[in-house]
Amino acid sequence: MAEKEEKGEDGLVAEIEKKITEAFEVFDRESNKTVDVREIGCIVRSLGCFPNEAEVQELIEKMEVEEPGGFVHLEKFLPVVTKVLLDRRFRPIPEDVILHAFEALDENKRGYITKEDLVKYLTEEGEPFNQEEMEDMLAIALDPETDTLLYRDYRKKLVVDETKTFPYNV
Amino acid sequence: ENSGTSFILCHEMAKAAVLIQQWYRRHVARLEMRRRCTWRIFQSIEYACEQDQIQLHNFFSYLMDQFTPSSSKERDFISRMFISGESYKEAELEKYCDYESIEVPDSYTGPRLSFPLLPDHATALLEAFQQKQQLHARYVLNLLHETRKHLKQLPNISHVSTCYSEEVTVCGDLHGQLDDLFLIFYKNGLPSPSKSYVFNGDFVDRGKQSLEILVILFTFLLIYPKEVHLNRGNHEDHMVNLRYGFTKEVMQKYKVHGKKILKMFQNVFCWLPLATLIDQKVLIIHGGISDTTDLHMLEKIQRDKFVSVLRLKKRNESSRKPEIQAINGERESGTDAAGNEAAPRLSLQPQSAQAPSTANRLEFSRWLRQTVQEQIDTCRRLVDVSKSEPEELTYSSMISLKDVDEPELSQSFQILDVLWSDPMPQEGCRENKVRGGGCYFGPDVTEKFLEKHNLQFLIRSHECKQEGYEFCHNRKVLTIFSASNYYEIGSNRGAYVKLGPDLIPHFVQYQANKTAHTLTMTQRISRVEESAFRALREKLFAHTSALISAFKAYDGDNTGRISLSNWATAVESVLRLGLPWRMLRPQLVRSTEDGMLEYKSWLDDLAMEQRSQEHIQSSLLEVIYRNRSNLETIFRIIDRDHSGLISFEEFQQTWKLFSSHMNIELTDDGINDLVRSIDFNKDGNIDFNEFLEAFRLGCHDPCLHFYKARTVSPNLERACTWQAGKGKAGVQNRHHCR
Repeated sequence: MAEKEEKGEDGLVAEIEKKITEAFEVFDRESNKTVDVREIGCIVRSLGCFPNEAEVQELIEKMEVEEPGGFVHLEKFLPVVTKVLLDRRFRPIPEDVILHAFEALDENKRGYITKEDLVKYLTEEGEPFNQEEMEDMLAIALDPETDTLLYRDYRKKLVVDETKTFPYNV
Repeated sequence: ENSGTSFILCHEMAKAAVLIQQWYRRHVARLEMRRRCTWRIFQSIEYACEQDQIQLHNFFSYLMDQFTPSSSKERDFISRMFISGESYKEAELEKYCDYESIEVPDSYTGPRLSFPLLPDHATALLEAFQQKQQLHARYVLNLLHETRKHLKQLPNISHVSTCYSEEVTVCGDLHGQLDDLFLIFYKNGLPSPSKSYVFNGDFVDRGKQSLEILVILFTFLLIYPKEVHLNRGNHEDHMVNLRYGFTKEVMQKYKVHGKKILKMFQNVFCWLPLATLIDQKVLIIHGGISDTTDLHMLEKIQRDKFVSVLRLKKRNESSRKPEIQAINGERESGTDAAGNEAAPRLSLQPQSAQAPSTANRLEFSRWLRQTVQEQIDTCRRLVDVSKSEPEELTYSSMISLKDVDEPELSQSFQILDVLWSDPMPQEGCRENKVRGGGCYFGPDVTEKFLEKHNLQFLIRSHECKQEGYEFCHNRKVLTIFSASNYYEIGSNRGAYVKLGPDLIPHFVQYQANKTAHTLTMTQRISRVEESAFRALREKLFAHTSALISAFKAYDGDNTGRISLSNWATAVESVLRLGLPWRMLRPQLVRSTEDGMLEYKSWLDDLAMEQRSQEHIQSSLLEVIYRNRSNLETIFRIIDRDHSGLISFEEFQQTWKLFSSHMNIELTDDGINDLVRSIDFNKDGNIDFNEFLEAFRLGCHDPCLHFYKARTVSPNLERACTWQAGKGKAGVQNRHHCR
């Protein structure tokens, strides 16, 4: 794009930094340029990235948080996350990949996953959900009549504008 | 299956699980961000509105300070417009707000009150209000008289002891949301000799059942005087009520006796205690404290003198304007019927020489302009301007620099601080510029104050919290907020807190709307978000001119386009809401090309959306419009050299003063446009007729582009009658909105 070419790398970096700072400040309760380390995952994800928990942990380590359960200062946060966005890491998961994932859990290929199976897989496998996360997902995802997850529909509902965020979107 | 296959299968499933979890967590994070942004939007707009309100009044009172009314009619108008709140003496009240002469027809099926009140009366009222019945005006007035009598005996600071009542329940802002009060009573029980309550102010405004809440609270107050305690909030103030809905509610519900009822409320609000102390250890106030808050001083103040603390109006001692009163206090005994002052009032002394005689009007106005400029300059020099932007210098900040040792002024500051302040995370104490009243106080201020008065912690309200309550300052300050779904259904919970003899707080949260429970988190967030963005788009639209100027500054080549990055910077520089614009952008700007926005058409789209909606915004024009029956006086206020014409310069001067009080900037271009559209005969001046016509045309004339913004409130303007056009060239249809 002409605009970006004119602005060049610098312009893009500045813009990314502004956006990261904005997102950071939304979680900065005390208005002192720090956030709770437990919010890091949330902030990074809200910027359009799809890291898994292990990857979030990796980022946190780069930010050199002093004590566990401590605070991260914007100074440490900004360069790490700027690099993430510039390198376009943790890109959105494409629709078909998610579909395959659901299909993998649907052993008998029935087009749905029962509540029990869903709970079993998501709280025992992978990077397990805690109880709250599981309950929230069930509340949104289950089809109330059959108490099952009709994953094709569900995925469509959520994917809609998931991928349309800066900087992945023009 | 051999183990190899099942291993691969498991691995596949684990991978699938991770993907789904990863994807879902990102979805939740995005929701969380949206939720917090939405919250920010609501809060910043809410407080900005409050600031507007106060600043507008400050601005007008400043203007009036310099204005010499030429007739008693004008004097009356001014009194009514800005200072409609003297606290009446007993005899006057009984006469004006009498209820005994009001007959209650046999056909009235609502509750009938007799005094002294009994628990049965309370029950009857609760049932009646649940069935949407209305209490007859006679009983309302009677109740108010009795309440006032009772409140007068109370000290400024109520004392509660947990040894008598075991547990005390403290509730925060209710804001006219009767359902929340019902929910609290349902969950916690009604007030009784074994159930004490403290209601921490802001019973009224915004919600539609402020009246019912007050009736219920006052009833319980009279039945159980030892167990029920009410604190005054910043909304227990008729100046605030004018804007935020209570006044309107009363007038709508009581068409015949509304004015009397409002007058009585004014004289009840000022008698509400300012604070409550539990076991001498926990202080409950509505807003907060400042670094000058002193309980001993607070105890001694004559609180009824401060009917409204909104405008700390100072008067020039040497001027002859006795009929205009300061701080709406009771008329001093030395004031006679002509209103000549006995006691000198506080004054905002011009630093320069004595005002010239008003006989020479041109000289007077020249002096006036010079004085204003000098005062602003003086204040700028005193304030550390490097930290604050020039536009932040408001009238109230001008006052705070002067004569702070004046006893009456510092008393009103005590009340202002207690009712309007907010805690902040940083240390120190600074002026609350967002709200326009009170302070921001830091943890060090809290610490010092608690130590000074040997207290354990503070309970306050005044700010909406998503969970209904929140601690800050190292758990030394507790905010409790009892109006659930305050901004929108699903926006927040309400809560109340219970304290036993151990003074350990126990919280109960609730949400008053059934719908909120059945909505999923996503739906709730979407709904609240929609509401927030609607309000935000309205704000953006109201600043159309300023935004265009700001965008143009980035568009040197006049392409009509601006980059999204510059868009964000420009918008913040105009609106100053401190919002994360880049995060909000996808909801505000729908279509872009190559990352560039065509700003004019974006603003046009906003305009189209607004045309069908009502909104209530502070602005010079809107206040003028609302008071259009007194247009002549307003005209004269703006027409400083009394020439019968408003020159561009005068209009600009007024507007500049105005925008230095409000955050609405208008460029010279914008003022030009405005004046030109009012100046129908294009002679560079607005004469009185043009002025009148402009404001009658108000809502539908497309060339007054401020009026594109102002679709007037339907309650005021439903009945429009069209008059045949007459007179001036360029003006075809006129209609007079009544």
